[in-house]
Amino acid sequence: MDKLINDFSFGTFFWMSVLFIGLVFLLKKFAWKPILDAVNDREEGILNALASAEDAKKEMQNLTADNANLLKEARAERDAMMKEAREIKEAMISEAKDEAKEQAAKMIENAVTAIDQEKQAALAHLKKEVAELSIGIAEAVVKKELSSQDEQIKLVEGMLKDVTLN
Amino acid sequence: MRRNFLMKKITLLLFLVSFVSVAQHDESSVAEATSKDKGIKEQVKEFIDHHLQDSYSFDFFSITNDAGEITHYSLPLPVILWDNGLKVFSSSKFHHGETVAEVSGNYYTLYHSKIYKTDASGTIHYDAAHHPTNIKPLDFSFTKAISFVFLVALLMFFMFRKMAKNYEKNALPKGMGRLLEPIILYIRDDIAIPNIGKKHYKRYMSYLLTIFFFVWIINLLGLTPLGVNVTNNIAITFSLAIMTYLITTFTGNKSYWKHIFWMPGVPALMKIILAPIELLGTFIKPFALMIRLYANITAGHIVLMSIIGMMFVFHNWIGSSLSFVLAFILSLLELLVAALQAYIFTMLSSLYFGAAVEEHDEH
Amino acid sequence: MEGLNYVGAGLIVIGAGIGIGRIGGSAMDAIARQPEATGKIQTAMLIAAALIEGIGFAALFAA
Repeated sequence: MDKLINDFSFGTFFWMSVLFIGLVFLLKKFAWKPILDAVNDREEGILNALASAEDAKKEMQNLTADNANLLKEARAERDAMMKEAREIKEAMISEAKDEAKEQAAKMIENAVTAIDQEKQAALAHLKKEVAELSIGIAEAVVKKELSSQDEQIKLVEGMLKDVTLN
Repeated sequence: MRRNFLMKKITLLLFLVSFVSVAQHDESSVAEATSKDKGIKEQVKEFIDHHLQDSYSFDFFSITNDAGEITHYSLPLPVILWDNGLKVFSSSKFHHGETVAEVSGNYYTLYHSKIYKTDASGTIHYDAAHHPTNIKPLDFSFTKAISFVFLVALLMFFMFRKMAKNYEKNALPKGMGRLLEPIILYIRDDIAIPNIGKKHYKRYMSYLLTIFFFVWIINLLGLTPLGVNVTNNIAITFSLAIMTYLITTFTGNKSYWKHIFWMPGVPALMKIILAPIELLGTFIKPFALMIRLYANITAGHIVLMSIIGMMFVFHNWIGSSLSFVLAFILSLLELLVAALQAYIFTMLSSLYFGAAVEEHDEH
Repeated sequence: MEGLNYVGAGLIVIGAGIGIGRIGGSAMDAIARQPEATGKIQTAMLIAAALIEGIGFAALFAA
């Protein structure tokens, strides 16, 4: 202990304290504060970056889910549209078929009517021809009757044989 | 032999010599001619004693020639005395303790690395226990230890200033900063925050960081062959410890003082007994800090230098090489001790600060 | 008796050595038991060791 007290030099203590206190304050102002601030800033930056990365990840997940939903909706819509189109197509086809059938029936009817009319016209024409022919025959017969009664009868009979009433 | 012993230092000192423009004063003397007669053991002991003392000049090496003349190579440092007025003179006036320095009519003599006021012939008077009775003037000299503290302070300032500047431009550390930043973070996260607490630690960071790096660097440089050891100077460690004590005392909150003078939760009689013990504890803590650093470094230096000295005491291959290996291993241990003492000083300081600002729940 | 104080200092140093050894040993056990608390155990160990060491040095210098 004597040695310690003997070794103690007040001058050394004085200078050491002055130098060390000066060093603490100088370093505090010019080194520790900027260094610690920079390190703190960087650490906070890293934490913020991590947090925002987490947020981005969550957002991505949300987006993916949204996408899936959208896709599903789109598919459903497409299906619905397809179904509708198919229905419309079928409706159109059946309508066309019906129309065609109707048209055909109408045409057939028209044709039948036309044929009937032609037939009637033809018959009327034939009747007229027959009547004219009969009148002609009657004229000839009448002219022939003048000569012989017998022959007249024979002629009428013969003609009547030929002409059968239709 | 002494020549070899000292010459070892030369190579590692050359760089220092190159920038301090050596004020070498060749000065031969026969005063220590008797040293030739002394045994090698005494020489080693004397050298270690000298190494452990602070000195008034920066000694690089000294060479004893065959005629016994000693040439010292050293950088003299200013001696500042307060003896009825300021006396400033260069330590070269002492000529390594061999002559009496005369300053404006006063005579000073160097005796066992201390300055005493003497008469013109430098007579030292002794008391019965062989202690000098001459007047010791108040000594404010810029000694070797102090000049080294100054150099380390400069070094630290430029080193950390450079590191701090780098952060203005880059987010990441560069160069030395890559090594220093993890240490700074370690001090913050593993020493300051757990001991002081998140709320108050910022106030103490500057002190803790400065003291850690200061003690560490100065311990490490003490292991180099520069021959300086600063932390084995009791005045230096006293200065460091008293700062820790003052910071603890002045930042202590109400609860801290209450726990010292009127410990809550114990009977009144115990409170009266505990108060002086606790008060004494506040002085013992920094005292232990002071002694611990001083003693560890001093003991380390004594043991290391003794073992190096043993290389010269043993005059055979086996003993000398064994001492060499032992000295090498001990040097590695001292490297660890240098860091460990810095760590413990910082750790205990932060522990005391933590106790000073701790907010106790009522218990 | 001349020199007895050195004997006393020696005894105290032996005691401090044993004490620090025990602290170190217990700390090793504790770390082995709870490796996750290594940091805290090391801190406590160093503090305790430093305190005992302080007593040892005080004795050395008192001698």
